[in-house]
Amino acid sequence: MKHWIAFWNIVVKDMRAYYLKPPNVSWGLIFPFAWTAMFFIKSGRGLESVLAVLPGVVAISVLFGTTSMLAVTVTFEKKSRSFERLLLAPIPLELLMLAKTGGAIVFGMVNAFVPVIVAVFLADLSGVAWWQVVLATGLISVSSTFLGLFIAVAVSEVFEAQTFSNFFRFPMIFLCGLFFPISALPIFLKPLSYLLPLTYGADILHGAFHGGNSMPIGLDFALMTLFCAGLFYLSIRNIHRKWIH
Amino acid sequence: MAILEADGLKKHFDGVAAVDGVSFAIDNGSIFGFLGPNGAGKTTTINMLTGLARPSAGKILYQGRECTQHLKDAQHLMGVVPDESNLYPELNGFENLCFCAALYGLGKAEREARARRLLETFGLADAAGRKFAGYSKGMKRKLTIAAAVIHQPAILFLDEPTSGIDVASARQIRQLLADLKREGTTIFLTTHYIEEAERLCDRIAFIVNGRIVANDEVAALLKPVQGRFATVFTFQGSGPSLIDNLRSTFPDLDFTPESQNQIRVKSTGPIAIGPLVRFFEENRIEVAEARRVQPSLEDVFVRITGIEALVMKKEKEKQGGAA
Ligand SMILES: Nc1ncnc2c1ncn2[C@@H]1O[C@H](COP(=O)(O)OP(=O)(O)O)[C@@H](O)[C@H]1O
Ligand SMILES: [Mg+2]
Repeated sequence: MKHWIAFWNIVVKDMRAYYLKPPNVSWGLIFPFAWTAMFFIKSGRGLESVLAVLPGVVAISVLFGTTSMLAVTVTFEKKSRSFERLLLAPIPLELLMLAKTGGAIVFGMVNAFVPVIVAVFLADLSGVAWWQVVLATGLISVSSTFLGLFIAVAVSEVFEAQTFSNFFRFPMIFLCGLFFPISALPIFLKPLSYLLPLTYGADILHGAFHGGNSMPIGLDFALMTLFCAGLFYLSIRNIHRKWIH
Repeated sequence: MAILEADGLKKHFDGVAAVDGVSFAIDNGSIFGFLGPNGAGKTTTINMLTGLARPSAGKILYQGRECTQHLKDAQHLMGVVPDESNLYPELNGFENLCFCAALYGLGKAEREARARRLLETFGLADAAGRKFAGYSKGMKRKLTIAAAVIHQPAILFLDEPTSGIDVASARQIRQLLADLKREGTTIFLTTHYIEEAERLCDRIAFIVNGRIVANDEVAALLKPVQGRFATVFTFQGSGPSLIDNLRSTFPDLDFTPESQNQIRVKSTGPIAIGPLVRFFEENRIEVAEARRVQPSLEDVFVRITGIEALVMKKEKEKQGGAA
């Protein structure tokens, strides 16, 4: 069976049906802009701080562009029963879920480059380690999409999926060292930070943009990969347990 | 050869048996009818056979190979039409069919050609470019069937394919199913329309409360009622209220309510209409029609299950009304 035809068509259908719709596209553009502006104004510093703020803005753009998408591509389709069609197709469940998340992952990465393109006009980006930026953005996109998947599989209503993703992502803004270093957090919150994949993704980005990583980059990559694999594995297990009764 | 065999399939929900040990075999190229009232376990059985539900016990064999634990391996053989249309509302008819074909690995040229041909066959060519969300119930059901056969499955599952839709679409669907069978597709059909099952199926299993109470070829099922006589009386007013009175007056005859204003009279010998008409006249009930009928599968169903045909009809109407 030519699984790749199924895979590709699922990704393209989701892209066309959900991601490339005007509300999503404008959200994907406006959101990073708004965050960028807010942090410049709030920091009161000049444009020299662009490189310090950029990792946080990139990470947030990805996080917000991906986590709630699965509420639509998975929870909504589950509720309207069209998801059954996918479960009935002779495609391994793992491949099917990679296809359902593939669109969101790409969408997240595209979102990430909106603030980067803005920054090109505001700061000198010649010292940036681009391959690390791309890899880290990819991993952040995968891990936050899989977090969205994990949530989408755990709930049965679309609004629950959206509420739960906010429950995760707003604290993550403050806990993952995006804008304030983790070392500045109260001691009892620190362990929480290290349980969140975004912490490691943000660390790579800080390193890549201005050499400000606090952990070895190799360790960051390894942990991120582990988080992605873990979230995906848990989601698949939950689908087996909950949806194939 | 059997394309599909179920052996002692069971499904419990919170300790309650929805399907309680059903076994059957379906011959390649035949139409198998799964007939039973609402809640009998028909949908649950289909879900287990197609990989949407895990059996609590029992075995499933496709083409002689056991795949209870790995139905994925047999899913390329199946086409499934669920009881509710589940295509994508935001895609049009053509896109829906092409997408479904892609899920089974068909290449672009092939899926577009097949989609066009099916839209033509199902009388939906004019609606091909319209969003599925705007289709009527009958059109939705037809497109859902088209989507289920686009990869040319060896066995097609249909869960109550004609319930809740207009008469013309229902007739067209029955015709399409007969055509599919002629082309060699095996069909597994659940229904609570007894006449539909009788007309279409080669073999029928009656399912009640999760158990199969009869499973045979249609001719064999009809045998016990052959040679029986039946007449249906239609009244101007309400007739069935008289049933108890009729039963005591004519102990040799068998009376069952057929609808609000109809009674079915059955007997093992010819039925003399005269005394019955006189009885109705004496009770000031006007007889509009007395019609002799062939014994049907309905009679068999009532005999075997003890469920009145009227109960099934009521459910049918309830479903149609709610849909
Ligand atoms: N997911 C479920 N959880 C609990 N009970 C269920 C579930 N699905 C079906 N049932 C019960 O199992 C029985 C059979 O249902 P079903 O297979 O849908 O019947 P049918 O399709 O013949 O109308 C019913 O009593 C129904 O309430
Ligand atoms: Mg049902």
